[in-house]
Amino acid sequence: MTGGARAGSLEARGLGVDFAGRSVLEISRLAVEPGEILTLMGHNGSGKTTLLRVLGLLQPPTRGEVRLDGEAVPWGRRRRLLALRRRMAAVMQQPLLCRMSVARNVALGLRFRGLPAREVEARVAPWLERLGIAALRDRPAGALSGGEAQRVSLARALVLEPELLLLDEPFAALDAPTRRELLADLGEILRGARVTTLFATHDRGEALALGERIAVLIGGRLAQVGPAEEIFVRPASEEVARFVGVETLVPGRAAAVGDGMVQVDCRAGRVEVVGSCPVGAPVVVSVRPEEVTLLPPGPAAQSSARNHLAGRVSKITPSDATLRVEVDCGTPFVAVVTRPSFRELGLEVGSEVGVAFKATAAHLIRRPGD
Amino acid sequence: MDLIARGVVEALRLLAGLDAGVMEILLLSLQLSGLATLLALVAGVPVGTALAFHRFRGRGLVVALVNTGMGLPPVVVGLFVSILLWRSGPLGMLEMLYTPAAIVLAQLVIAYPVVVGLTMAALQQIDPKLRDQLEGLGASRAQLWATLLFEARLPVIAAVIAAFGAVISEVGAVMMVGGNILGYTRVLTTATVLETRKGNFDVAIALSLILLGLSFAVTWVLTHVQQRGVVR
Amino acid sequence: MHRVRVGIVAGLALGVVAAAIGVGAGCGGSEPGRDLILATTTSTQDSGLLDVLVPLFEERSGLRVKTLAVGTGEALAMGSRGEADVLLTHAPDLEQALLDSGAATNRRLVMHNDFVIAGPAGDPAGVRGTPRAADALLRIVAEGETFVSRGDRSGTHHRERSLWREAGREPPGEGYVETGQGMAATLLVASARGGYVLTDRGTHLALRARSELVPLVEGDGLLLNVYSVLEVSPERFPGVNHAGARAFADFLVGDEAQAVVTGFGVERFGQPLFFPRAAGADAEGR
Repeated sequence: MTGGARAGSLEARGLGVDFAGRSVLEISRLAVEPGEILTLMGHNGSGKTTLLRVLGLLQPPTRGEVRLDGEAVPWGRRRRLLALRRRMAAVMQQPLLCRMSVARNVALGLRFRGLPAREVEARVAPWLERLGIAALRDRPAGALSGGEAQRVSLARALVLEPELLLLDEPFAALDAPTRRELLADLGEILRGARVTTLFATHDRGEALALGERIAVLIGGRLAQVGPAEEIFVRPASEEVARFVGVETLVPGRAAAVGDGMVQVDCRAGRVEVVGSCPVGAPVVVSVRPEEVTLLPPGPAAQSSARNHLAGRVSKITPSDATLRVEVDCGTPFVAVVTRPSFRELGLEVGSEVGVAFKATAAHLIRRPGD
Repeated sequence: MDLIARGVVEALRLLAGLDAGVMEILLLSLQLSGLATLLALVAGVPVGTALAFHRFRGRGLVVALVNTGMGLPPVVVGLFVSILLWRSGPLGMLEMLYTPAAIVLAQLVIAYPVVVGLTMAALQQIDPKLRDQLEGLGASRAQLWATLLFEARLPVIAAVIAAFGAVISEVGAVMMVGGNILGYTRVLTTATVLETRKGNFDVAIALSLILLGLSFAVTWVLTHVQQRGVVR
Repeated sequence: MHRVRVGIVAGLALGVVAAAIGVGAGCGGSEPGRDLILATTTSTQDSGLLDVLVPLFEERSGLRVKTLAVGTGEALAMGSRGEADVLLTHAPDLEQALLDSGAATNRRLVMHNDFVIAGPAGDPAGVRGTPRAADALLRIVAEGETFVSRGDRSGTHHRERSLWREAGREPPGEGYVETGQGMAATLLVASARGGYVLTDRGTHLALRARSELVPLVEGDGLLLNVYSVLEVSPERFPGVNHAGARAFADFLVGDEAQAVVTGFGVERFGQPLFFPRAAGADAEGR
């Protein structure tokens, strides 16, 4: 979009942030559309917080500009900046509550905006209700559990009914059940209110639970931006692939191309993958573990998959209902198998096993020339 | 032991009879030290806040000066304020030496670094990310500082207690710049010194007990305010 | 960056303004010409005499007297710098030096009393009744007894030094204790250590109940303790309140104040602490 003045659109252009003379963030372009939930996914230290600080107007960038509803943010003009910032709300990683009651904490932002006490009261109450913390309203903030505190922290931002919501790893400090519960509640609220939201996380599960679109930040640069499905199924690079949980990444070279298929020679042999590239191009074949099927050793006719390889089990890692099995086929393949099929196959470390995957289930990533 | 008992009796007698002289001295002590503490607070909190939150050239030096100031020997303060206020000194034309104002000035010099230093320390204890969080909720600069100071109210009140305690119990500087003039600049500490010098130990003990009581009462009130604000 | 420095400067400026307000408003600052700074010795204040005389003078004159009881040495030093307006001291030769320097003028005798050499009732050095104080000091040294000195440049200390000069020797190294404190504290140290001490009679009387010392040597002309009033020179120091100083000095030597001096202490100690100026002795203390 090019600056059409729709409420709650945020755009970064040519953004760069240096720290101690070193560039830590370079974003050529990133736009959040009105009403959209954009998930910013990256490891700790990837620059998520810095980007969020800049987009939250808490820190001016070294280079480039941020546009809010098409208007370039005037970093030097303090009053205007404050006015713009007051159209947003930010929630930080830890629930940083003040030493006051829950209700007063939730009222903070409204009081900053100079709302009369009665109106503050009227707006706070329903949000306490909505986040299930109405019973805690007079409780001192220090006496809350982590989950309760984060609910207060979320209510404190949501009560502002911002045009733009910035969430920086809001669930990082919570245990898994609390996180799931809160995530579900938040998703429902956000989708209901259609608040433009920028949600930073390092967790794939959280990203999928909330994100419609995902931007992957690696080393301060956007590695890929697109719908969740695309990021997970067709990662643009090895790094993104690894980040979204692809464990089988087979380097090779395109040996033959045709009919929307590419034959790739790799250390495990020849495999066939959907895609296109010039013959001889260096590529990486990425296969998600769910797409890899394990078969009894020997000639395999019972599979419809195009690709069949043979290997030896090198590692078995149980994880609740499934097991993660690593197979060495000259290059490592990782499969996830259910416990019944694992038993059926009678697998153990060192046993021979067949590996199969569909050409359509694999994804071809172009490698920079070597 | 007998002397202390007599002192206690004397203190009770002076207080119960609302001895006019003692009451005047007590009130003056409270007024001067209270005013000095208040001024130190008004002037010191903004500077302490600025030092806590901003990096600038020379900050290290300023912080070192403040920390040195926190341990400034009051007698040195007294001497320098005296020299400043001498008729032949740079501020001689103010004719301030041997006035209550001179006492307030000296006490302010003693209390100021305490307030600045402790305010700075109190604010630095706060998670720096809370600043981002509050700004992210739309706080203006003034609202941000006010909220953070409110957040740090316990240690800031502790700073006030420390500053008040330092000046109400101070004798050297007060004697030098105030002159211990009866009904004008005589406060509890200097009166105690005088009575000791005169050999009136029971009165001296009585005065020190009253000083102790006053100090305790003020601290108790401030502590009460402080602890009422405790929200875990 | 810029804003920060402005903020700090503003904070500091606020401090100065606040201080100024406090100084101006809080304390009803001094009115020029109405305040009179009296620098005097501790004994006049410690005896309680000034607590009677000063309010009386303030009432009569409408002036406010700021009495600084600092000891004769410091009082005279303040006079020599023009930091005080009028001086009430008891060290005739030092006063003469100040007059000679031109820093003070118009010395007038106000009152006198006497010093005594006090010691333990048992008098181990056997100085009781010695007519010459200098001889008593020599005897105390000869008997190896302790002598406790103020050591604080006060008028009393100064007098003690001239007695040693009269005796023709320096104070001994051993058995000579300097307290650096006021008269009362020094007396109590002497009492506790069973030593001898030079004290003004007034302080001795005031502490009679708490010390075990008795007066042993008295009546020597050199033990006469003479208090004089001096006006700080308005020619040398144009800033001094000379009219006030003159009024105060006139008051001290006037009939009303002299009458107060005469009766002072009789009620409490059964004998007067000071004698009025008429009772024979000149300002040189001879």
